[in-house]
Amino acid sequence: MTESPAAPHAESPAEHKAEHKAGSKADSRACWPLYEVFVRPRRGLNHVHVGSLHASDDRMALLAARDLYTRRNEGVSLWVVRSDAITASTPDERDPFFEPSGDKVYRHPTFYDIPEDVPHI
Amino acid sequence: MVTAEVAEAVPAQTPEDRFEAVIAAEQRIEPRDWMPDAYRATLIRQIAQHAHSEIIGMQPEGNWLTRAPSLRRKAILLAKAQDEAGHGLYLYAAAETLGVDRAELTEKLISGRQKYSSIFNYPTLTFADVGVIGWLVDGAAICNQVPLCRCSYGPYARAMVRICKEESFHQRQGFELLMTLMRGTEAQRRMVQDAVDRWWWPSLMMFGPPDADSPNTARSMAWRIKRHSNDELRQRFVDMTVPQAEHLGVTLPDPELRWNEERGGWDFGEPDWSELTRVIHGQGPCNTQRIERRRTAHEDGAWVREAAVAHAAKRAAEHAAAAAAAEQHTEQENGK
Amino acid sequence: MHDHTTPATSTTTQAATSTATSGTEDDHVYLSLAEAAPGPEGEGRWAYGTGFADPLLGVDTALPAGLDGADLAAYCLMLGDDALILAQRLIEWCTRAPELEEEVALANLGLDLLGQARLLLTRAGQADGTGRSEDDLAYWREEHEFRNVRLVETPNGDFAYSIARLLLFATTRGVLYEALSAHPDPVLAAVAARGVKELAYHREYATAWTLRLGDGTPYSAERMQAGLDAVWPLLEELFTAHPVERRVGVDPAELREPVLRALGAVVAEAGLTVPDVPPLATVLGRAGRDGVHTEALGPLLAELQVVARAHPGATW
Ligand SMILES: [Fe+2]
Ligand SMILES: [Fe+2]
Repeated sequence: MTESPAAPHAESPAEHKAEHKAGSKADSRACWPLYEVFVRPRRGLNHVHVGSLHASDDRMALLAARDLYTRRNEGVSLWVVRSDAITASTPDERDPFFEPSGDKVYRHPTFYDIPEDVPHI
Repeated sequence: MVTAEVAEAVPAQTPEDRFEAVIAAEQRIEPRDWMPDAYRATLIRQIAQHAHSEIIGMQPEGNWLTRAPSLRRKAILLAKAQDEAGHGLYLYAAAETLGVDRAELTEKLISGRQKYSSIFNYPTLTFADVGVIGWLVDGAAICNQVPLCRCSYGPYARAMVRICKEESFHQRQGFELLMTLMRGTEAQRRMVQDAVDRWWWPSLMMFGPPDADSPNTARSMAWRIKRHSNDELRQRFVDMTVPQAEHLGVTLPDPELRWNEERGGWDFGEPDWSELTRVIHGQGPCNTQRIERRRTAHEDGAWVREAAVAHAAKRAAEHAAAAAAAEQHTEQENGK
Repeated sequence: MHDHTTPATSTTTQAATSTATSGTEDDHVYLSLAEAAPGPEGEGRWAYGTGFADPLLGVDTALPAGLDGADLAAYCLMLGDDALILAQRLIEWCTRAPELEEEVALANLGLDLLGQARLLLTRAGQADGTGRSEDDLAYWREEHEFRNVRLVETPNGDFAYSIARLLLFATTRGVLYEALSAHPDPVLAAVAARGVKELAYHREYATAWTLRLGDGTPYSAERMQAGLDAVWPLLEELFTAHPVERRVGVDPAELREPVLRALGAVVAEAGLTVPDVPPLATVLGRAGRDGVHTEALGPLLAELQVVARAHPGATW
């Protein structure tokens, strides 16, 4: 179970956005929505969640993600998605949703005894 | 997998137990995990201050962007300022996973309710300051921050990995600039020494007050947010910097600086803590102008940010209308 | 000039990676510092935001037969000065941008233009046979020796003014670079070929903001229109040929039609009006390309050059 990309902001920013909408329109801080950014570091690898940013629209989010998260050629492909469009499992990273696999120990490398003298495993 | 291992090792029941177990097992707390309110509050405060420092930290060096004496230095400095904006953004993003939003944190910064590193309240007076800031200030930041790559809060730790990579390049660039200046004219060498004289003590103060006056350190260390005490980090910084100063050929302005054979470290004098306190409390040479610049940028930009939101809303409404029309059209077709 | 050519696998990059990622090695963050290469080698990737592949890699820098060196130098100065002066204006936005994401974006634009300026000024110094470096040309020429158009030198104004200026410049320069990527001088052609990609991004950035501001709030629409109105009189100069441009470059008059069409489309989509204003007059027929500027250039150069000039002969 690697880090679930769906989790990062799914709770709190949504709540805050609700507050913002309720707040007066005169609020001069007009907050841009939050986007999550995913980078494919190299061909052959999955996109990985790397962080977030604020942008007023999808295109701006993509350009800003390029500038911010891949300006040193860290990636070959980028995804951006509105944080409020992400559905996450349940409000805990350690989640009963994922428990069923927890008792099938053969799924985990610790099940296999690896001889001590094999390096870097 | 990690989660499963923890679960197997510790049959934890309450959220508190699980939190403690994750910390004890040197694993990372993730945003949606239960965490003590005080842990959350401490992290929000620390990450926000850190983010503010990156953003305010653009100003002292930004002061020399338009005057950088070679185009190569100008490009390096601009790329560095851009990195610092990026650092601020990575950190605000990490803070936002804790349930605050950036607008709120910015508001706190420009109203003086949240702090940033006091070092940035000192002025940059010559171009050598750019090199010395890279060497000493980015250097001290690295000392402080490399341990944060192992901080118990996942998003903060991950943000720090990239930040530390870039900080180490800033430091090298700063050092390289100073080496160039020290090989240059007499005036350039004097400029470097003057900058070192002005930045040395403030750099030492970047590690915070002495351990005896740092009441929150113990708890942060228990939570694995902090790994080393202020004095430990300060000592480490001095030990690493003294040989570099010799390499450069500059004198660190501390008459008490001498090698302590017994301890295997450098003894050094006491910074003027009363000055630090004054700077923290707003009496530093640049406190007002730094906040004022940030406030002005934020307020002058309000109409731009609002326009972008209004534009996006109009476009979204157009799309929705077009989609509704298309659907209606399809229904009619199907009805035939 | 070739100092931003380092491949990503340089030793410095590796050093930093191991420094930061090996969490248990907090103690050794400085180890490689003192051995850091004194020269620019290995720093390129970190000095430049994007596009750190060397556009001149494998390009023959010898002056091709049949090209007049003095003309080519003058032409490179014109284009290089445009890029340098606009980069300087963009740099002035640093710490003043309307949002932090825009800080990063504006710095990127500045870095791109600065990169182009450095290559073009260096080429100018090669082509005229003086061997002057990019810094000799940037820091030691007088105001009347700068050949940039006046559009790039006027003060930034508000965000809308800066966007309007960028829209005009990026649209025009993008079209020009496309034509120049087939130029007989291989260096100029290579710079233009890379510049096409960079300018496409600049143009997209400026276009997107023109649309957001034009079709945003009533206030932003007003500001955007005012920005366009203010920069439009400076547009004509971008289409006015200097004899050097006709001899060695692309006649800018050829840019007029495609540029005006593109700008017209953006302005219309933004719900704004193409300004109907006369071009800014010249001085006895002379303007930026002849070294006759607005009052804005002097202070800009004074600031740009002040440190370098305080230390003649110094290396930085
Ligand atoms: Fe930083
Ligand atoms: Fe830095």
